[in-house]
This record gives sequence, structure tokens and C-alpha cells, in this order.
Amino acid sequence: MDGAWIALALTLKVAGWATLLNLLLGIGLGWLIARGRFVGREFLDALLTLPMVMPPTVLGYYLLVLIGRRGPIGSWLQSTFGINLIFTWQGAVIAATVVSFPLVYKASRAAFEAVEPQFEQAARVLGHGEWVVFLRVTLPLAWRGILAGVLLAFARATGEFGATLMVAGSIPGKTQTLSVAVYEAVQAGQDDVANFLVLVTSITCLVVLIAAGKLAPGHIAGQTSR
Amino acid sequence: MANFESLISKPLSMFAACLLSGSALAADLTVSAASSLTNAFKDIAPLFEARNQGTKVLLNFAASGALLQQIAKGAPVDVFASADQETMNQAQAQSLIRIGERRDFAANKLVVIVPADGKQRPQAVADLVQPTYVRIAIGLPASVPVGRYTQDVLQRANLWAAIEPKLITAQNVRQVLDYVARGEVDAGFVYATDAAVMPDKVRTALTVPTETPILYPIAPLAPSANAEAARNFVTFVLSAPAQAVLAKYGFGKP
Repeated sequence: MDGAWIALALTLKVAGWATLLNLLLGIGLGWLIARGRFVGREFLDALLTLPMVMPPTVLGYYLLVLIGRRGPIGSWLQSTFGINLIFTWQGAVIAATVVSFPLVYKASRAAFEAVEPQFEQAARVLGHGEWVVFLRVTLPLAWRGILAGVLLAFARATGEFGATLMVAGSIPGKTQTLSVAVYEAVQAGQDDVANFLVLVTSITCLVVLIAAGKLAPGHIAGQTSR
Repeated sequence: MANFESLISKPLSMFAACLLSGSALAADLTVSAASSLTNAFKDIAPLFEARNQGTKVLLNFAASGALLQQIAKGAPVDVFASADQETMNQAQAQSLIRIGERRDFAANKLVVIVPADGKQRPQAVADLVQPTYVRIAIGLPASVPVGRYTQDVLQRANLWAAIEPKLITAQNVRQVLDYVARGEVDAGFVYATDAAVMPDKVRTALTVPTETPILYPIAPLAPSANAEAARNFVTFVLSAPAQAVLAKYGFGKP
């Protein structure tokens, strides 16, 4: 059953990195779309939300074609830096990041739009620069809504299966996350292994959800609805 | 505005039809077949349907081991075609098939393939140990027969320990084919018939002899509600027209 703990550690590592990346990307782009006024804004919004509605297999295919050895990004990474992403845990991080990105992005956008511009205006009148206004007024006011999205994204990244399997494969100890390990155990008829993995996964998800409730008591539901 | 009604009602009725269709009918024959049989069985099914009016063949392809698990867990399948004897033996041990009607219907060969535009081509299986072969794709031995044949060959040649760290395990043989065709791995172990599906993308470097011959068994399933149609399908797969299709895709006679 050691394999299950290794898979769990890998799952948390992949989901953790994906969440960290999404924290930066989601907040940045959420703020841009919430506050920016430019041509193609609605189109960009739709594009950024796309991973939420598209099947993970479609995303996996896009990624495989783009970052694969012969893909435009993949071949460039290979020739410039000698980096290969397919069948690596970093590839799994990219898959999980893309799939869970809209959850952070949507929550961030909604949270930024809910911030009263008067508060920011007041800070500007007091002579603060845009960065200070963002970091000390906008972000703290929007934080709870963003955090809700971040926790959902972490949960989604933990359970990511389709795109991960296509991009990172299933190498035990390297790219085999819990969801992939469960799939393989069931395919091979190893029901005892599957049972244990499913138990570990269920407990992990429960812990994440309870932690989510503790981190943002009572405010998550209200802030994300729009 | 005159078109408005049809604009709405047409998609709506199509959507309703989608919701209501799709359930298996009594005359449907569900055939679970090994991934390597994909192309051949897709050709055989319409031939069978043409000879058996009213019977619709539903094909379900996956690794033989995965198909066995679905069947063992109660999936309503009528015919099972596996890529190896071992998986069918497991089905037989669980009394899932009609033992007396089990037949071998095709033979295959294990080959090593490399990307068509690749610069290196192994002359022997032992060459795969060389560091220039960074990644090698095989079927997952636990559920994919071609992976089991591969593991057996590598273990007998005392190469398993050296090659194992390079292995990328796939969920079925066609995934191995896809990895090689995309150039994501440097070599892969598939059946000769799979390599023949993508002649422009992969090259067969070696044919690897296996300890046990690769023979495909087929059998009607014991719990099948369409026992007669299932038996007919098995008989048809052994008949000349179906054997011609299998031969066309490179399968050998059992």
C-alpha cells in the first residue's frame, strides 16, 4: 500500500503547484477583465472560461499537440532549454492548472467586480499609487471570494484525471496521481488496491473541504454567487 | 419572425430525441473486443448485420483486462474477444463464458516500432538498453495483453531491469501506437497489425518472437440474453468473409 501514499504525495504536489500558478494567473487575469476596458474583452473572458466547460480529453489533446515533442511550444522548449514536459510531473501540473484555472479566474473576477470603486478612489485621493491601492484596498476586499475559488481549484486539481493521463501518462511515483492509480487498479481487477486508494482519496477530499470551511468561515457561498 | 418557431422547435425536438434514444434494444448485440481488433471488427460488424437483419452490433474496445473487469462486474456484454489466452482463461475460471463455444480466431505478432522520422532503429531488443532510447512505451502488463507479452520477452532476455526505468505504460495497445506516432517515445511494443494501421507514422524495426504464440480467443458470454445471436457472431468471425477482413489487417490464422 506504499504506492497509495506515494500517489497521494504526488497528487498534493501537483495540485499545490497548479493552485499556486492559478493564484497568480487567476488573480491577474481576473483583475484585468474586471477592471480593464478593451476590445475583445468578452472574447478573452469566454476563452479563459473555456477549460471549465470543455471535456478534459479535449484539453489533454490540445496540450499534447502544443507541448508535445513535435508541438510548436514543445519543440521550442526542447531545442532552447532541453525541457520536455510530456510524461513528467511538471506536465501533470500544466494539465491540472489549465483544467482548474477558470475556477480561480471566475471567482477573482466576480470578487473584484464586487469591490466598491469608492474605496479605491478614496485611497487614490489620499495619494496612494495604483499598486498600493491594489495590494492594500482591492485585494483585501476581494480576498474571501478569491480564496473560495482557489480552494475549489485545489480540489479540482486533486481530482484531475483525463488531461493528466493524456499529457503525463501513468508512471508510478512520477506522474501517477491518485485518480490515475484508481483507474489502473480497477482496470487490472486489483480491487483491494482500488478500495484503499478510494478510501485515501475520499478522506483527502473531506479534509480539504473541512479546511476550506475553516479558512473562510461562512462567507464562501455568499461571495462566489453572482 | 416566421422562422422563429422552426428555429426553436427543431433543435428542441432533436434534443428530446437525443435524450430518449441510446438505450440498448433487445436485438442489440454488445461485443467487447481487444483494442488491437478495432479496425477489423469495425469492418466485420456491418457484414454481420447485413446477414442478420434486425441485429445491431455495438462494439466496445479496450484493453482485454479492462474488458474482463467490466464483464466480471456485470456489464451486459454478449461476446468477448480477447487478445490473449490468459484473460480468456480468467473469464473461464469465473464461469463468465460459454466454455464449449470458445474458439481461437486470429493470430498476431509482437513488434518493436519507432517513429517514422526517428533517426535510430534498433537491430535487436537488447539495443533498447542504450541510453539513446530514453522512453519506451509498452502496454500496462496488469491489464493489457501486449504489455504482458512484452514483459515476458524482456524478462526472458534479462533486459527487464535495464529497460523498466524507461517504460511509459499505456492503457491499451493503441495508446502505445499513438505515443510512438507522435514521437513522444523513442520506441514501443505493439502488435504487427497495429503498426500496419499507421504505416506513414511508425516503422516496424523488429519482430519479436514470443514464448507463447499470440492467439486471440472469442466466446459468447454465459449471462448473455442474446445467446443465439452471440453464438452466430462467434461463428461468423470464424467464417470466410470475416477471416478475409482479419487477413486484410494482417492477422494470421489461428
